[in-house]
Amino acid sequence: MYDTGKIVAGLAVFVVLATSPLWYNALSAAPPGAPELQKPTNGSTECVEATDYMRASHMMLLDRWRDTVVRDDVRTYTSELSGKTYDKSLSGTCLDCHSDKTQFCDACHTYSVVDPYCWDCHVIPKEAE
Amino acid sequence: MKSSRRKFLKAAGLSAVGVAGSTAMATSARRTGDHEPPTTEGKRWAMVIDLRKFSKDDALIDKITDACHRVHNVPDFADDPKNEVKWIWTEDFETAFHSQEFHYIREDLKSKPTLLLCNHCDNPPCTRVCPTQATWKRASDGVVMMDWHRCIGCRYCMVACPYGSRSFNWKDPRKAPNLAETDSIYPTRMRGVVEKCTFCDERLARGQQPACVEVCDNDEMVFGDLNDPSSNVRRLLAEHMTIRRNPGLGTQPEVYYIVEDPRTLQEIAPAAEVFGEEGGHA
Repeated sequence: MYDTGKIVAGLAVFVVLATSPLWYNALSAAPPGAPELQKPTNGSTECVEATDYMRASHMMLLDRWRDTVVRDDVRTYTSELSGKTYDKSLSGTCLDCHSDKTQFCDACHTYSVVDPYCWDCHVIPKEAE
Repeated sequence: MKSSRRKFLKAAGLSAVGVAGSTAMATSARRTGDHEPPTTEGKRWAMVIDLRKFSKDDALIDKITDACHRVHNVPDFADDPKNEVKWIWTEDFETAFHSQEFHYIREDLKSKPTLLLCNHCDNPPCTRVCPTQATWKRASDGVVMMDWHRCIGCRYCMVACPYGSRSFNWKDPRKAPNLAETDSIYPTRMRGVVEKCTFCDERLARGQQPACVEVCDNDEMVFGDLNDPSSNVRRLLAEHMTIRRNPGLGTQPEVYYIVEDPRTLQEIAPAAEVFGEEGGHA
């Protein structure tokens, strides 16, 4: 084989470059952990459903709320967790406890690189800002 | 061979006549439904506006418009009429009711500011053309609803509405000066979405009257159930001369206007003066 040294060296450089993102992540500081979300500031200790369910499926719940409120005029939600009844309101019910959008919604959405457009229209209440 | 071709042509002709006939009958059957009294499963919300109780340059008109537009975060780009978004607005009486052709009524009545809003038609043309079902007539009470999540901004509904009740957000409503500081948590719309009056469906759900009706102290605007014979709107409609905008289109608008009737006119101004203003007849 001609130019063995050059080819092997070239291959080595290529492999290092191609895998550089992996190396970079492995060698840089410890990966950032899941973001710390702000707990409700109004003393409330339970959400409309179990925390695990909310963490995984709040978007589906909010979609159902949206559709049933706008299209079917069903504006209250009965929790399967506690049996309590809540207003299906993003600006009202959700932000009533999770009053700081940047510390709650945005913290996780930024971490997981999702960009929901709820707040293009829905209003952040004055007292919650 | 000859006779079979003749048979075929006969059969084809007969079936063509049959198809055309049944289509025509189905169409005419649909037509007759257009002018029946309003039908919904339960309530049928309607509004009566008493034009006799409004005067020119009435501060109440501003109060009503402001109440509606403030609570619903309606953007106000005052400098540019193209960007105007209106849920409730005014036109001259003559313009608002041009199809009724009030050519020779008193000038002050002709130019009287008339409050206009979505008519929440019983046969709404706007909902029929919407390709995404972002607007529809609610079966339970007849409100012509909007789902701003679904609207794709094609503006077919604006073309279909004969009353100009729908507005398009050419600009981001959040950029409107009046929405920089808002105290209502009613959602704004986004750029590229059509919006209009929804008879305050969010207030109806709480058992409240629409915002415009609530600020009227003297029954200038009255809201109620048309399907209930003892309701306030039915009482007003029974006792007064009312007109609707462009009823000939068959859209069955559900906003009624009480107009001056000849008897009250005479109380306000004697006949001689009425003619005197027009000139030539006195």
